[in-house]
Amino acid sequence: MTLLYFAWVRQKIGKSEEQMTPAVADVAGLIAHLKSLGPHYADAFADPSRIRVAVNQHHAGLDAKIGPDDEVAFFPPVTGG
Amino acid sequence: MKTSIRIQKDDFDLNTEVTALAGDGESGAVTSFTGHVRKEKDLSTLTLEHYPHMTEAEIGRLVTEAAQRWPLTGVTIVHRVGALKPGDRIVLVAVASQHRHAAFAACEFLMDYLKTHAPFWKEETRGKDHHWVEHRASDDEAAKRWQK
Repeated sequence: MTLLYFAWVRQKIGKSEEQMTPAVADVAGLIAHLKSLGPHYADAFADPSRIRVAVNQHHAGLDAKIGPDDEVAFFPPVTGG
Repeated sequence: MKTSIRIQKDDFDLNTEVTALAGDGESGAVTSFTGHVRKEKDLSTLTLEHYPHMTEAEIGRLVTEAAQRWPLTGVTIVHRVGALKPGDRIVLVAVASQHRHAAFAACEFLMDYLKTHAPFWKEETRGKDHHWVEHRASDDEAAKRWQK
């Protein structure tokens, strides 16, 4: 799957995009997996209440199901306008 | 319905946009909102980042929702990205309808939902410090009042 990171999530992780297909069923499982990858990821996802998610460019919740062909993006609450 | 959704680095001209939206006489009313970068202490630059493709898709979904609620004849939304200075224009929401009430209401609805749904993020530069603008709970409250 394609993972995208924006704003301070991108800065904390140190990259804007990566490919990986861990054996997870939903967004919550993916976050748990990412937190295990190292301190940068653990820092980015330390407070789940500050993270928002989109799956295939639609806002999604932690319980959204995801698979190998999906695009999953993590970012802070939006501040446009 | 005429719909134009653009994410761009360049500035925009309000008169040009409104004329393109309603200059053909099909719409009796156009309302528009223009957002500018507020001058604040030590603020030198406001840099806007977005999620390409999702931004346009999400705004498109908001416009569809607005068109289901009000009888609209056109919507133009222009949002700038990149480095902006105090006083610069950031965003334009212009809504055309045959009558004013729909145009006023839909413009406010679109702006409230854009603030809470469109994937943009602002980073402030003050001197040597950079920090990401925090999302405001008051923006969530503004969007909630439109929930059916």
